Amino acid sequence: MADESYPEGLRYHPEHDWARIEGDEATFGITWYAQDALGEVVFYEPPEVGSETIKDQAYAEVESVKAVSDVYAPLSGEITAVNDAVSDSPELVNEDPYGDGWLVRVKLTNPSEVDDLLDVTAYRKLLEDE
Amino acid sequence: MATTALKRTPLYAAHVAAGAKLVPFAGWEMPVSYEGVRQEHVAVRTSCGVFDVSHMGEIETSGPGALDLLQRLLSNDVSKMPVGGAQYSVLCREDGGILDDLFTYRLADDRYLTVTNAANHEKDFAWFADHAGDFDAEVSDAIDRYAMLAVQGPNARGIVAGLASAELPERMHTAVMDVAGAETLVCGTGYTGEDGVELLPPADAATSIWDALLAAGAVPAGLGARDTLRLEVCFHLYGNDMDEQRNPIEAGLGWCCKEATGFIGSDGVAAARESGAEQKLAPFVLTAAGIPRQGNAIVSRDSEVGVVTSGTLSPCMDVGIGMGYVAAELTEPGTELEIDVRGKRRPARIESKPLYRKESE
Repeated sequence: MADESYPEGLRYHPEHDWARIEGDEATFGITWYAQDALGEVVFYEPPEVGSETIKDQAYAEVESVKAVSDVYAPLSGEITAVNDAVSDSPELVNEDPYGDGWLVRVKLTNPSEVDDLLDVTAYRKLLEDE
Repeated sequence: MATTALKRTPLYAAHVAAGAKLVPFAGWEMPVSYEGVRQEHVAVRTSCGVFDVSHMGEIETSGPGALDLLQRLLSNDVSKMPVGGAQYSVLCREDGGILDDLFTYRLADDRYLTVTNAANHEKDFAWFADHAGDFDAEVSDAIDRYAMLAVQGPNARGIVAGLASAELPERMHTAVMDVAGAETLVCGTGYTGEDGVELLPPADAATSIWDALLAAGAVPAGLGARDTLRLEVCFHLYGNDMDEQRNPIEAGLGWCCKEATGFIGSDGVAAARESGAEQKLAPFVLTAAGIPRQGNAIVSRDSEVGVVTSGTLSPCMDVGIGMGYVAAELTEPGTELEIDVRGKRRPARIESKPLYRKESE
């Protein structure tokens, strides 16, 4: 499992999801805290390319041996790519949650939503309060 | 959330030291895993794991009428158990509904120790105490007297033997001996499908035994692995796979019910055995991707025919496995069904027990 980290350049959703924003596109995944709480991820089925994500709503599930966890969309958009490597090797989410363990890539439909997300300082503050 | 404080076993500090992830379980703060459920599971299948199961309760029954009392309470034929023996049974309500499933050890001619599930301990003890008045027997709550460690896996006996003052009891037998210097009840039982023993030392000796087991190569294993191990070999979990609404015949536990002894609930069990169960507990595997979970519907030809009571991903077979109550006519091994996993139908097949078998077998 990876060491605890929360990269500076990402934006965070309070449900422990991250977004890496590049223009009007973004990549989503779950944070170190989320994968640690869940334990070893053993199952993930990616959503369909072309389907929609709606901010604050679940777009996928990740499962450990013990539990199922919804994955929430930090932003609204249309899914343009999914990480099939994670369905083959779900442990990538534990080993590299911000890199090889990314989940989907989306074209944003409402980029102004980014303003609602937390920066790393605010997200760390939220974790301290949990 | 309950506001009452969670109870801690004598090994709480040892769990923290071992890096456990602790969770509430049946009123106790228990380790669900240390390094990871899968690693711990594999350690038990290939080497040796040690579980703290001190949350489980013990009831001691003693006196000239102890056998008669237990014969009235427990479903199995307690008179068949020799001194130093162990026996599995269920505790039934008057109508045959299952109150708990229990292991009982015969410690002496007129002294028995019954191990209860943590969530049922108080209910069970009250049930024992309520019925003891009719017999020349005494029941005492022994939960604070004992810690309980399950040492399981192909290397378990070797590791415990190295710490023990006498030869270990065989499977389904029990004996008292020193383990790491403390007088311990050693039982040839377990809940993993592997060889091994369960140790019941005095509570204050638990940590020294735990440390000695780890030093000898046992891997700490949590409740997560305990659950996946037992499900691979189709051992029942009370509260999931049976409860007061189910009788032992439906649950596939008719083998430990000897109605001729006249135990409480025997009439209900006899009637269920006579009429046959409408639903039966059956093990299954998913034949494609997915993980079945407790509460998922079991579906056949688009109609609901049952419910999943336990489900997980099998760490040894790497497929979704489970058990559930299914219409009796659909419990034949090989029957194809579907499991409705949160809206997605996953193909499944009924299998025979156990789901996991060692390759050498």
